[in-house]
Amino acid sequence: MKSNVGKLLSTAAIAATLSTAANAATLDDVKSKGFIQCGVSQGVPGFSNADSEGNWTGIDVDACRAAAAAVFGDAQKVKFTPLSAKERFTALQSGEIDVLARNTTWTYTRDSSLGLDFTAVNFYDGQGFMARKDLGVESALDLDGATVCTEQGTTTELNMADFFRKHKLSYVPVVVQKADEALAAYASGRCDVFTTDKSGLAAHRSKLANPADHMILPETISKEPLGPVVRHGDNQWKDIVTWAMFVQVNAEEMGITSDNVSKIKSETNDPGIARLLGKEGDMGAQLGLPADWAYNVIAQVGNYGEVFERNVGPSTPVGLPRGINNLWTEGGVMYAPPVR
Amino acid sequence: MSDKTIPSNKSPLNDAGTRALIFQIVLLAVVVFVGYYLFSNLQANLADQGISTGFGFLNQPAGFPVLIHLIDYTEADTYGRAFIVALINTVVISLMGIVLATVIGVVMGLARLSNNWLVARLATVYVETLRNIPLLLQMFFWYFAVLATLPHPRNSIIFADFFLNKRGIYSPNPIFQEGFGVVIAGFILSIIASIALIVWAKKRQTRTGVWFPAYWASLGVIAVITFLALAVSGFPIEFDLPQKSRFNVTGGMVLPPEFVAVLVALSTYTGAFIAEIVRAGILSVNWGQTEAARSLGLKDSLTQRLIVLPQALRVIIPPLTSQFLNLAKNSSLGAAIAYPELVAVVMGTTLNQTGQAIENIGLCMLVYGTLSLTISIFMNWYNKKMSLMER
Ligand SMILES: N[C@@H](CCC(=O)N[C@@H](CS)C(=O)NCC(=O)O)C(=O)O
Repeated sequence: MKSNVGKLLSTAAIAATLSTAANAATLDDVKSKGFIQCGVSQGVPGFSNADSEGNWTGIDVDACRAAAAAVFGDAQKVKFTPLSAKERFTALQSGEIDVLARNTTWTYTRDSSLGLDFTAVNFYDGQGFMARKDLGVESALDLDGATVCTEQGTTTELNMADFFRKHKLSYVPVVVQKADEALAAYASGRCDVFTTDKSGLAAHRSKLANPADHMILPETISKEPLGPVVRHGDNQWKDIVTWAMFVQVNAEEMGITSDNVSKIKSETNDPGIARLLGKEGDMGAQLGLPADWAYNVIAQVGNYGEVFERNVGPSTPVGLPRGINNLWTEGGVMYAPPVR
Repeated sequence: MSDKTIPSNKSPLNDAGTRALIFQIVLLAVVVFVGYYLFSNLQANLADQGISTGFGFLNQPAGFPVLIHLIDYTEADTYGRAFIVALINTVVISLMGIVLATVIGVVMGLARLSNNWLVARLATVYVETLRNIPLLLQMFFWYFAVLATLPHPRNSIIFADFFLNKRGIYSPNPIFQEGFGVVIAGFILSIIASIALIVWAKKRQTRTGVWFPAYWASLGVIAVITFLALAVSGFPIEFDLPQKSRFNVTGGMVLPPEFVAVLVALSTYTGAFIAEIVRAGILSVNWGQTEAARSLGLKDSLTQRLIVLPQALRVIIPPLTSQFLNLAKNSSLGAAIAYPELVAVVMGTTLNQTGQAIENIGLCMLVYGTLSLTISIFMNWYNKKMSLMER
């Protein structure tokens, strides 16, 4: 009920904001209120998850923290709004949040007709299936006649339909409003398999009572480039969120970490690094940011590799290999345009 | 004389009626203008932000599946058809909920008034518990705590050709063969015959006072004629039987747990409120009426049916109408446990895939508005009909 009422209210809010004033520049807005309002998930470990004290961590959370470090020189100046998949776009369109960093897939329709702009990709993912080991399924192609649980309002819902149609397999779809209830339905045996992005599968598996009883099937049935999203039409704000991500990738490539960044800044005679860290020139002004914005991002949030390892890397409960998300120089596809 | 002085006061502006009319026109103009201003601004800003508008999406393929569809539906169908599927699901669960909640409410309301201490106490416990627990929680309870504890499909509880497991109740699905038209014709005929029988019995009773069990008799008439039609046409029904498959039970007809959980939760919850309404209605009928009926020698059951209930109904119907409206709107909570009703399919999936919040929410508001109005109109008509019996 609550979420439906919330939805109605936020639609009323969209209608109200859209039918009165045009949108002000998000950067001015953010500066005047003193923090970034960041839309995140309701709990996907490694991406956006709150601990018992309400501290948010995750790769998506760090995308918002990087933007805050760039704008305010303080990565803590972020407030979080947990959103279900179906609530997220309305929340961004209506101006309830400034950035949506909620394992959201960049797709054509979302980019072209939802009034949204995707910034950069902070995780290259693909959709997969999770099943109980004792089900005896080896491959997704064995799933003819299976019951499948997933969350509503996702690309997952559509990919799943495409996959079963393409392979002429029958299935029973159980599409639940919230991820936690979708997972509970899977755990209770309502469904044979649970499907979402593979990163999400790993994250959700870590929430189950006996993670070892469940396996992730080998197939990857879609491309899911995930990344932060902003409102369409505010180019400056889009650039800020995009480049806060790009400098982290560039920093990793240059071997700059949160530990060594201040030492490198004082000692370097590499003009590229000097430019990046704001020692030379004034790259910040072009985006309406302080000269040392990139320095702050790296010092406070870290480079992309650090963010990955800390949140979803092999040493975390989510335990994902770096794989395709490695730098292009290391065999992955993480590649950022140069800062110049 | 007066004719000369008064005309100055008779300027149309001083006439109350004219003035009111002018104010109405001005107000209307302001409303139209503000509405137009907001609407055109909305259009312009939506275009600025690159958000699609219009209802064109209803003709686009939906691409998503829907668990329960009473008309044919596949992923290749349009958003428009998905909307109809969801609409039917909302209407079906609401109507079934209303019927069940009324039955439960009447039984529990009467039970609370029962002279049997245990029955009355149990009914009280029922009402007080269900009324005071949020409905959403009750849906979760039925879905996750009750239905999910049924056995896995592998270990289904099997009774003849019926299967029961945590994925639903499976039963044989009748498939009508050629010649079934005869059976339908027979059925319709039997209904007409029963109506005639009831009318005749009523008339005769008013005339001669002799009572005839017309309702029971007409049930018999329907059963016999329909059976004869079946026999004559050679039982033109085949059954698609459910059977075990690798993951699930397939074939047959299935009642998924999402449907059962929403229906049970809606009807038991609303039933608790209706029980109180029924109790209040019955208590509002003066005890003297019952005493009078008894002194005329009427049996207790007849006293209730002929004397007390018709009078109680007049008190019961108005609040009952609000309960029915609540139930229809509360069916939207089914979205939380995957029952594909309007909010789930339209405000959930469709809105999210198309991004057209205003159109989709508008559609939902239209449907709930129409549904509520229809229920209200029907209940108002019924209310009028009942109050006319007052003498
Ligand atoms: N990447 C996909 C799916 C994202 C998604 O919402 N996945 C679910 C997995 S069940 C999730 O993370 N839910 C977490 C939540 O609702 O808080 C999309 O953008 O549509």
